Order: sequence, then structure tokens, then C-alpha cells
Amino acid sequence: MKNGKVFLEGLRDGVPIGLGYFAVAFSLGIVARNAGLTPIQGFIASFFNLASAGEYALFTSMQAAASFLEIAIITLVVNARYLLMSCALAQRFDPATPMIHRFFVGFGITDEIFGITIARPGTIQPVYNYGAILIAATLWSLGTSMGIIAGNFLPARVVSALSVALYGMFLAIIIPPARKNLVIAIAVAVSFLCSWVCGIIPYVKELSSGTRTIILTVVIASIVAIIKPIEDTETDGPSTSSGTTGTPDGGTL
Amino acid sequence: MIYNYLAIFTAFGVSYLIRVLPLTLIRKPIKNRFIRSFLYYVPYVTLAVMTFPAIVQATQSPIAGIIALVIGIILSFFGAGLFPVACVCCAVVFIAELFL
Repeated sequence: MKNGKVFLEGLRDGVPIGLGYFAVAFSLGIVARNAGLTPIQGFIASFFNLASAGEYALFTSMQAAASFLEIAIITLVVNARYLLMSCALAQRFDPATPMIHRFFVGFGITDEIFGITIARPGTIQPVYNYGAILIAATLWSLGTSMGIIAGNFLPARVVSALSVALYGMFLAIIIPPARKNLVIAIAVAVSFLCSWVCGIIPYVKELSSGTRTIILTVVIASIVAIIKPIEDTETDGPSTSSGTTGTPDGGTL
Repeated sequence: MIYNYLAIFTAFGVSYLIRVLPLTLIRKPIKNRFIRSFLYYVPYVTLAVMTFPAIVQATQSPIAGIIALVIGIILSFFGAGLFPVACVCCAVVFIAELFL
């Protein structure tokens, strides 16, 4: 009914994501160029994979002429967090939503699109995701191509400034719920701290950032879930959209 | 050329399965309280882990990244949306790096 409006909201929220993606994709394009990808291949790789760490791993593997099995395994490890996000999104799908949307919404699960999806109240509105995916995936893929074509076309200063767009957006997603809910606030602070510490201590810092992200996410979220489980609710279905469930922040997850 | 395309679509196949299998196989609401709590906290933890210290390392000058982090937190705390916060962070880094 209001699909057009929701689609436009998706496009709107996809813009900051797309801008951040563009900068990251641009530098990723330089990696892709070193691996011998053409601009068209770079576009295709980015459009279908939609994963910065995953593609970085892919391109460096390709440069090393890795076997397809190796590529499959490293992709699995680096992108494993999408498995968690997909599980989380499965909980937010209205059972009445046609199955086909799960295949398309799943296609576009990235850290950022997941973030803005769960930040919306109620059940998932696939057209919102399609709007965001359309703009974000387009800029992501174009950025990769342009990185391959133009190399150092953008001044480093501009790349530097654009690259924080993503993180600014992450902050805008996690800080408002943290303000309302002390447990989330503590979880965020602990995550910041652990992430920083893990980048410093020997051996652990040798792990790829993707691997560290997986480990830290599983460990910290598990501990918080054990110490402070969310309230049990009688009905845990589509009715959660009312915002009156026991979860501390009705708008999120 | 063939190798490049096969490599790209190998990676695509794996990441697509990772993204779609849970969405398509888990059709019913999860009852387990631990799992629901875990999934509730996952996004905040993941995004926080990915934001810091990465934001400080993404910029040419770490100080510019720190300033962007602090201003981003303050703006988000007072309810600014995704796009304004993202834009301001970019602007802060751009301006800060003119001086640093």
C-alpha cells in the first residue's frame, strides 16, 4: 500500500551507506586492479559479493592464484557474520511475507543494510531493503570499477574523509538504543574496548579483522545474553511491532 | 579471464548461501531465550567492534578519526539521524585534516 514511500525511505537511507561504500570500494578497486580484474569484472564481483572484507580476501586470493576451494573457505570465514545477521533477520520476517522476498532480502545483507533494517520498528518491509540495496550496491560496484580505472583519481584527503561516513552511520545506529538501555550501552563500551585491545595484543592481532569481528561478536554477545537475557514474552511473533514487548527497546530486533 | 569469473562466482555462491540459508530455513520464531537474547545483542556488538578502532585507522590522521568518533557519538546521542551523522563525520575529518 505504502510501498512507494517505503522504497523511497530505503533509497534515502541507502545514500549515506552508498557514499561510504563508494570510498571503500574505490580503494578496493585498486586491490582488484592488482589482481588483474577488468572494470567490468570488478563491477560484477562487487555487485554479487557485496562484502568489503570478503572481497578483499577474494581479490588477494585471486592475485595469489588460489584454488576455488581456498576461495570458498576464506569467503565462508570472513563472511560468517552474515550468517548471524541472517538468523536475526529471520526473526523479524512476517510469516505472511512471500518466500521470494527472503531470497532477495538475503542477497543484500551487508553490515550496514542489516544495521538500518533492524533499526526500523516492526517486521521487515522488503521494499525498504530493495531501495537501500539498489543505491548502496550500485555505488559499491561503481566505486570498485572506478578504483580499477582511475587508480588514484580521488585525492587521499577526500578518500580519508569519505571513509568515516560508514562509521558515523554505525554510531547513529548503536548510540540511540545505548542511551535508552544501559545493558546495550555497556555492551557497546565493552565491544569498543575489546576490539581495541584485540588489535594490540600479540597473536590475536595477527588474525584478520574479519575473524576478530566474528570471535568478539560471538563471545561478547553470548556473555551479555547469559548475564542479561531479554525479557521472556508470551507471544513472539509479528505482534512485536506494537513495541510493547519485553525487549528493552521496542524498536530494535 | 575464466579463472577470474569462476573465482568471483565461487565467492558469490558461498556468501549467498551464508546469507540466505538462515532466512529461508528458520521460518518459525525462535523460542530459546538465550538464542533470542544473543541475536538481540549481536548487531550492537558487531557494529561497535567494527567501528572502533577502525574509525581511527581509516583516516590519514588518527586524531581526525578520534574527533569524528567523539562528535559522531555526541550527535547520535542527541538523536541525529544516519545521514546527518555520516555527513558531519566526513566534514569533521576533511576539515581536521586541513590543520593536522
